[in-house]
Amino acid sequence: MDQLIFAGEVFLNGLMTGVMYALVALGFVLIFKASGVFNYAQGVLALFAALTLVGIQQGQIPFAHLINAAFGTSLHHFGWTVPAVLAIALTAGVMVLLAFLIEKLVLKHLVGQEPIILFMATIGLAYFLEGLGDVMWGADIKTLDVGLPQGISDAIESTTANWFGYGFFIDRLDIWATVIAAALVAALVAFSQYTKQGRAMRAVADDHQAALSVGISLRFIWVMVWSIAGFVALVAGIMWGTKSGVQFSLSLIALKALPVLMLGGFTSIPGAIVGGLIIGVGEKLFEFLIGPMVGGATENWFAYVLALLFLVFRPQGLFGERIIERV
Amino acid sequence: MKTTVPALAAAMLMAASPVMADLVVPNMSYRTGPYAANGIPYADGFADYFTLLNERDGGIGGQLIQVPECETAYNTEKGVECYESLKSQDPLVLNPLSTGITYQLIPKVSVDDIVLYTPGYGRTSAKNGEVFEWVFNAPANYWDGASVAVSHILDQEGGDLSGKKIALVYHNSAYGKEPIRTLQGLSEKHGFDLLEIPVDAPGQEQKSQWLQIRREKPDYVIMYAWGVMNQVAIQEAVNIRFPMDKFIGIWWSGSENDVTPAGAGADGYKSLTFHGVGQDYPLYDDLRTHVIDAGKAAGAGDQMGNVIYSRGVYAALVIAEAIAKAQELAGTPEIDGAQLRDGFEALEITPERMAELGLPDFGQPIALSCDNHGGAGLARIQQWDAGAGEWSLITDWIEPDAEILQPLIDEDSTAYAQEAGIEPRCN
Repeated sequence: MDQLIFAGEVFLNGLMTGVMYALVALGFVLIFKASGVFNYAQGVLALFAALTLVGIQQGQIPFAHLINAAFGTSLHHFGWTVPAVLAIALTAGVMVLLAFLIEKLVLKHLVGQEPIILFMATIGLAYFLEGLGDVMWGADIKTLDVGLPQGISDAIESTTANWFGYGFFIDRLDIWATVIAAALVAALVAFSQYTKQGRAMRAVADDHQAALSVGISLRFIWVMVWSIAGFVALVAGIMWGTKSGVQFSLSLIALKALPVLMLGGFTSIPGAIVGGLIIGVGEKLFEFLIGPMVGGATENWFAYVLALLFLVFRPQGLFGERIIERV
Repeated sequence: MKTTVPALAAAMLMAASPVMADLVVPNMSYRTGPYAANGIPYADGFADYFTLLNERDGGIGGQLIQVPECETAYNTEKGVECYESLKSQDPLVLNPLSTGITYQLIPKVSVDDIVLYTPGYGRTSAKNGEVFEWVFNAPANYWDGASVAVSHILDQEGGDLSGKKIALVYHNSAYGKEPIRTLQGLSEKHGFDLLEIPVDAPGQEQKSQWLQIRREKPDYVIMYAWGVMNQVAIQEAVNIRFPMDKFIGIWWSGSENDVTPAGAGADGYKSLTFHGVGQDYPLYDDLRTHVIDAGKAAGAGDQMGNVIYSRGVYAALVIAEAIAKAQELAGTPEIDGAQLRDGFEALEITPERMAELGLPDFGQPIALSCDNHGGAGLARIQQWDAGAGEWSLITDWIEPDAEILQPLIDEDSTAYAQEAGIEPRCN
């Protein structure tokens, strides 16, 4: 009986973790859906967004180390701090500007190239952005506090203790992540279904040439999609950065999104969510039930095994578009 | 023109000569990548100490020290590439700050006659100088750390651990697995249950592990982690309300970087250390005067006194003392790798010497020999005060349990000697 109750706790935590994975996967899906580009830099976008947010919030002077080295000054901070909401809004603005620059300086020159060329460009972009983040904001670990609560939910612990005689652990940050992810997905779906720009984005996703022929600007759509992906990266960066501090390993969260994408499909927003939940629950339950028999630390590889199993039966992923090749 | 060319050649020769005679101590650093937050202060401390010696003392024994830097990004392949490129500069000693790179370099340095100095990391059994001629890991190693942590817990529990449960949360890598055998031996000796909990790298997601800890309720948690695994583990421990004063990290899990993200919740967290804390030492005044304020610091100069910076300084200090000893033994300031090895094997750093160097009570006495390349292996416990934002030393030096450790070192080094065809020396 105890094992069943523990498994229930693990299941719920797996769902919550899955939401965190899905937050990262969403950014990949948005860009892939609209442009067919697998954006290798999505993890670094989350890092860059989180670094920028902390930098703005704490009033850090960007490129301070560079300025100090060049001019012999000792500048570090402006001397003010910025409220979290305003800092998030300003960071979102920076991400829009970044999207514009990425389109202007990189993507525009690669129109009509093979997807693999665009993929390679995003690899270069990832390394560039990582270096830029380092030079702009420094490589130290930064504490991110935008007012999100962390730690065990007492209400859930006491309620489950009354029901089962064992209080479940649910992190309040994970509850917030779930609420925010739900709101984000609802907003994205509403945007793509009910706005002119959203419909244009879907048209580009369905057929570039046809969209161009009816006057939709491909370049505008790319800037818009990269901006939205940048905002999603900011949300993911806030959630993961609150847990671990903002540091350069944040970019590695992309590794957690890959099996989610393989499972949910690269072109489906609901797929990213469902894929995240399946991976989160699957890896946590496997670690709980089988992990102790094989020495533990199964989560990293099990997520990929699970995704590969799905791939065998549904190569396009659970919610991906059916692959039809006509000869 | 006829006079200009020979003059130019002579000038070039004169300019080149001192460079050829300089002592080359490379800085194998990682200032980029996921582990940069720790790699930067260590590299800065390491380089700044040698800069201080060059600026204040004119080097060591009149020889300037060159510290060429090579970026490894904490990546084993890049570390080996760095080794190959640095080799052409005739380095005396290397300190790669990576257990993975250390394992790759151990067979190479034996061929190339270069000393490998791995304080507090690397291959533990390299303490046995009879087998590992070119490797030194004083003042303490991973197994010393595990033993000292258990000794501290014993002290906390009134000398009796029977029926207690200790969890080891470890980085699922060669480094993280190092203490397992030691802890298994100590578990048998003291009668506590050992719960082994691995975390895959990088360790950003540890929910399963901390749910397990919450279910199994260990009395203490010992942690061997690095990088983001540290910050996440401490945050998760705070989240499940694990008592921080019963959570003890190895020295690689005990820097400001590791505790700061968890805020006030990390108050009371403990870790091992093999050196002092803070910057209230005369040496730091010299560093400020001759290096930081003079604009010659390796970094921004804002890391001084941090745990990892101090560790970099300490590593450089031990190397500098070994170089001075080697020069004394060789009777010349120009030494090679073999002479530095001899210097390390005759190294003795007393408390008085540490005070002379401006770091009183900072490190333990070090006395190495041909067969002992690891020193006494003492360590202390430091505790984090979140309110003050600083570490405090809460114990004196604690000895590791040689009864458990020595047989393990003998066994592991003998196995390596047989595998590598090494004839034990020092007889």
